[in-house]
Amino acid sequence: MKTIGYIIQKEFKQIFRNKGMLPIIFILPLLQLIILSNAATFEVQHIKFSYIDNDKTSFSRALIDKFNASAYFNVIADFSSKKEANSAMLTGDVDVILEIPHYFERNLLKNKKTTLAVTIDAIDGAAAGVENVYINQIVHDFNKNAQAVLMQPDDLKNKSKTITSIPSFWFNETLNYKTFMVPGILVLLVTMITLFLSGMNIVREKEIGTLEQINVTPIKKHQFVIGKLFPFWIIGLGLLSIGLIIAKILFNVPMVGSVGLMYLYTSIYILVILGMGLFISNFTDTQQQAMFIAWFFVVIFILMSGLFTPIESMPPWAQFLTEFNPIKYFVEVMRMVMLKGASYTDILPQLIKTFIYAIVMNGLAVWSYKKTN
Amino acid sequence: MSISVKHISKSFKNTTAINDVSFEVKEGELFGLIGPDGAGKTTIFRILTTLLFADKGTATVAGYDVITNYKDIRNNVGYMPGRFSLYQDLTVEENLTFFATIFDTTIEENYDLIKDIYIQIEPFKNRRAGALSGGMKQKLALCCALIHKPKVLFLDEPTTGVDPVSRKEFWEMLKRLQQKGITILVSTPYMDEAILCDRIALIQNGQLLQIDTPQQIAKQYPKKIYAISADNIYQLIIHLKAYKHSYSVYPFGEFVHYTDKRADFDLKELVLFLEDRNIKNSRIQQTEATIEDTFMELAK
Repeated sequence: MKTIGYIIQKEFKQIFRNKGMLPIIFILPLLQLIILSNAATFEVQHIKFSYIDNDKTSFSRALIDKFNASAYFNVIADFSSKKEANSAMLTGDVDVILEIPHYFERNLLKNKKTTLAVTIDAIDGAAAGVENVYINQIVHDFNKNAQAVLMQPDDLKNKSKTITSIPSFWFNETLNYKTFMVPGILVLLVTMITLFLSGMNIVREKEIGTLEQINVTPIKKHQFVIGKLFPFWIIGLGLLSIGLIIAKILFNVPMVGSVGLMYLYTSIYILVILGMGLFISNFTDTQQQAMFIAWFFVVIFILMSGLFTPIESMPPWAQFLTEFNPIKYFVEVMRMVMLKGASYTDILPQLIKTFIYAIVMNGLAVWSYKKTN
Repeated sequence: MSISVKHISKSFKNTTAINDVSFEVKEGELFGLIGPDGAGKTTIFRILTTLLFADKGTATVAGYDVITNYKDIRNNVGYMPGRFSLYQDLTVEENLTFFATIFDTTIEENYDLIKDIYIQIEPFKNRRAGALSGGMKQKLALCCALIHKPKVLFLDEPTTGVDPVSRKEFWEMLKRLQQKGITILVSTPYMDEAILCDRIALIQNGQLLQIDTPQQIAKQYPKKIYAISADNIYQLIIHLKAYKHSYSVYPFGEFVHYTDKRADFDLKELVLFLEDRNIKNSRIQQTEATIEDTFMELAK
């Protein structure tokens, strides 16, 4: 015990003496949290909208006014031909081209039916999808108003029945993206910092040669490993605390569930990450190698965590792979507890999986750590 | 026997690091492994300190087998690797306390053993190890290797990169430690340090060339050696090498050590040869063979 205690003390001394490392550990992640939470939004705004009005009637102008009035669209151009519009899209000056055909108003009045051509720049597929939804909503809206104007008294009887759906967004009523992004980004920061630090820590001792000196001493594997990793466990929980405070004060993210439960889960979760870091450092010789391998896994974990793209939309094999992604569980638990107020029994499946993961990972790490080669 | 090595071999992939090495070190002996870089000295150290497994052969340290009783060895040896390997961001005192703690002892408990050495670096005990001079780093590393009162001390090239004064001090410290009953195995590429050991083993390309006292090794040199000096050493070496009877020519400080192929070598002939080649102020005298001469001869 005394030995472990002294190693922990030594690690903390080294961390706090490393003047270059301190800001990286504490300040950069929080800057990231603040910047990313404000910037990483799924809402698409300032869409560069252009149109070709071949009709030039009050109806067509009313439709364009609708787009003008929308906060999402910036009407920036009015093209006289399709060719001109296409070249503008090619240079990236416009995102959306709406083409209003000849006889738009006449067809609507006479046939009660007409078509509109919409061209969307789909280089960014996700944004294109969102833009399409916005455009449809505006056209749908316009359509309803037009019907009211065009309606003849005898049409009233024949009026088609429409179903209107009114969504209600539970646990995030205003669909505030910050509410679900902040817990997710906090998860990433805790993961990245603890994985990188623990991954590089033991490699660093290899690099500077102190590991060789340590290996000749009667120190036991578990003493050394616990002594080395415990400080990062504390740092991970510290980061979580600071992150939660920022989430509350700066972003006013609701915290419905129990904070204690979040800490319980995180304290087990960090064990997984630390085990992973130690495992990486056992198979690398330099901090550079360790960094690259850690980075490789972090990128996969992040992109397959369900934070940026829903897991439900992934192909089945990828969905299966996400079962081995610790970040996925952490994101789920944080969102469930913070936003939904999930209780201990609700997160029990994630808790058990993470716990098993922690045991396997640390077992592998201690097993592969050799004092002799 | 404090250290016993029997027919140890070790290869890394296709390179043979050491090949069938055997030697013994008596208790309380100061034993030197002398050889150039890459001779296999560090590999021997790493096998004896349980950091590396040998491919073949057996070895014991302080009576413990390096494979089956490695835990006992780790409790009973002190190891100072060739590279400075203490924590540069911890202070002198913190480094020492750290190593004392992991050996489950305290600085006070074994202070008498390190006192002579520690007293020299004590004024800097609050300085970070990384900010120490080369000589002081070595003293600190030695203190850390001694803090648990080891029976056997392994020093891998302790004086490489250290100034001559610190080197001399360092060897004096080793002599004092030896008097306290500690067996010391030291490696060095410097021949002038070999003479300070009780016995030495000359090693090259993973093989031991000879094991004996430094005096005996020097005596075994088979030829008469002449130390030759001149105004222009460079020209002297070129012409001596071109001389048809020359056996070996090695620069040796301000002299050139020369040996002749012939048993009945006549000095006058060489003097005439050098005068003929316009070498000015040449002086020739017979000299005693040193370990370096023997090493060069054996390694030929």
